[in-house]
Amino acid sequence: MARIELAGLGHRYAGNKDYSLQPQSMVWEDSGAYALLGPSGCGKTTLLNIISGLLVPSEGRVLFDGKDVTTLPPEKRNIAQVFQFPVIYDTMTVFDNLAFPLRNRKMREPEVRSRVQEIAEMLDLSGSLSRRAKGLSAEEKQIISLGRGLVRKDVAAVLFDEPLTVIDPHVKWLLRRQIKRIHNQLKLSLIYVTHDQIEALTFADQVVVMYNGEVVQMGSPQDLFETPAHTFVGHFIGSPGMNLLPCKADGDRLWLGEQSLALPPALAKTLGGIAKPLTLGVRPELVQVAAEGEAFDTEVLRMEDLGTVKILTARLGGELIKAKLGEHDTVVTARTRLRFVPERTMFYADGHRVA
Amino acid sequence: MKPINNMAWFLVLPVVLCVAFSAVIPLMTVVNYSVQDILGPDQKVFVGMEWFKATMRDPELHGALIRQLIFTGTVLTIEIPLGILLALSLPASGWRSSLALVLLAMPLLIPQNVVGTIWQIFGRSDIGLAGVAVNAMGISYNYTNSSLDAWLTVVIMDVWHWTPLIALLAFAGLRAIPEAYYQAARIDGASRLAVFRYIQLPKMSGVLLIGLLLRFMDSFMIYTEPFVLTGGGPGNATTFLSQYLTQKAVGQFDLGPAAAFSLIYFLIILLACFLFYTFLQQNQQSTDKSTGSGS
Repeated sequence: MARIELAGLGHRYAGNKDYSLQPQSMVWEDSGAYALLGPSGCGKTTLLNIISGLLVPSEGRVLFDGKDVTTLPPEKRNIAQVFQFPVIYDTMTVFDNLAFPLRNRKMREPEVRSRVQEIAEMLDLSGSLSRRAKGLSAEEKQIISLGRGLVRKDVAAVLFDEPLTVIDPHVKWLLRRQIKRIHNQLKLSLIYVTHDQIEALTFADQVVVMYNGEVVQMGSPQDLFETPAHTFVGHFIGSPGMNLLPCKADGDRLWLGEQSLALPPALAKTLGGIAKPLTLGVRPELVQVAAEGEAFDTEVLRMEDLGTVKILTARLGGELIKAKLGEHDTVVTARTRLRFVPERTMFYADGHRVA
Repeated sequence: MKPINNMAWFLVLPVVLCVAFSAVIPLMTVVNYSVQDILGPDQKVFVGMEWFKATMRDPELHGALIRQLIFTGTVLTIEIPLGILLALSLPASGWRSSLALVLLAMPLLIPQNVVGTIWQIFGRSDIGLAGVAVNAMGISYNYTNSSLDAWLTVVIMDVWHWTPLIALLAFAGLRAIPEAYYQAARIDGASRLAVFRYIQLPKMSGVLLIGLLLRFMDSFMIYTEPFVLTGGGPGNATTFLSQYLTQKAVGQFDLGPAAAFSLIYFLIILLACFLFYTFLQQNQQSTDKSTGSGS
């Protein structure tokens, strides 16, 4: 168990002048369940490999419980990692697979035996300990990979690198639940890399969203939904994603295309001080049809009925707006007035949230 | 019931003819020779299994067979581990890797009789670079009159010629191992030896088995290189099976015994190949089983 701290950590692969991982600092609390979420190629695996020690970062430091481990090799770090494709030692039995990390560390055989039994019990592998690992199914192999990480008593954190990629959809949830159960049982720190938002949001207490080699937000699933710190988070999380509309603040008025609304004085002051182009972000759930009051006049394009909700797509100036409406809301006219819930509307400059 | 048109048999006729002339008739001719004593073009005596019995009791053949087994055993025990070692020490990628592979593959591109000639000259104790150098170091070396030297030269030549094949196969096997295996092994704290024993060797076993089969067959039928290099000598120290057979059939024109002998030779190779094949199939099946379940 350990608190993992990254201090000014950045990485450039040799011969590459662009950062694969932007220099940044952050703290991963002990025994938390973290998900590292982001599209392919955003630096998730690079970050994970730096934490596990497979990769030495080109700058910055990695601290476990305050101890600098930046240059320590993986076998000295007490980190377990489960990879995208199940790694199994084909010629060994399940028992020998689980015992392998212990035997490599010269643990005495009776201790190895009891420890392996214990972990096998926890992972429901007791029945297949004497089987050859070669013939097992992908999900069983993944469980064994996990088991190889867990047998070491001193393990500080378990890292998962998209572990469910090759698992059949109908057993995915089973495996995910098993991982979750083990987390609750052992209170291990877990870092779970995925590009699937549902997987991340259901699995983790804290979701770390990465974009272009940069951690753009670290927060609970609720935070990510309600106050996305970056336009990417707004767009990536939620279905459909956040509406992102270019806007302009001019004195106390907010302009969206040809139309404008009055801004509250405090917000007007904040936005007025920003020179960069502004983007307004609002969740489709928070776009409402307004009968009266201040609202934007939009052209209705289509309405999709998804059963419990309806998705309205409308055009405002040159931009499209999506609104999630209730089952009983109906829009029959060709134009409608839409309002955004003011306190839940965000503003972004250069992708980052400013208000 | 559908009408049966026997004319359809003519459709397979071309294949039947091809196989007949390329395999069945020659083989049957050999079988025919093996049961007769041929005294002249028109004088033949049926002798039954006589030649087979004689061949089995022929001390010269026993000698050739034993030499053959020792030779094949020796080159296999050197070439397989050496090939693996070479593959492990090759650079994994980049221009160095390409260069190393090209250099390594060179001996494989040289025709057998040229290989024989190269080593025949290279090893000569009067003008050959290696021969003169070894003698200059004070070690007496002459493959034309010392059996040991002749053996050493033939074995070294075969190792030089064919180890690259094993190395290339093993290299291909190594490259097919996903990086995650090495990463997992590092996290599991595996030693270099354990990585080889539990990851690299099992993953290479498929291609290595094919390499072993190829090298077994090739070395068991070796003819050209020793023929060019030593001519089977000194005496018959480096006379292997195929050379002995050629001496009998073409040199002495003992067609009957030669035919009986070639059939036995053929059966030995067939048996060995069958064993290899069965083993390969089993290996393949157990691999299929494990990959067929979704991984």
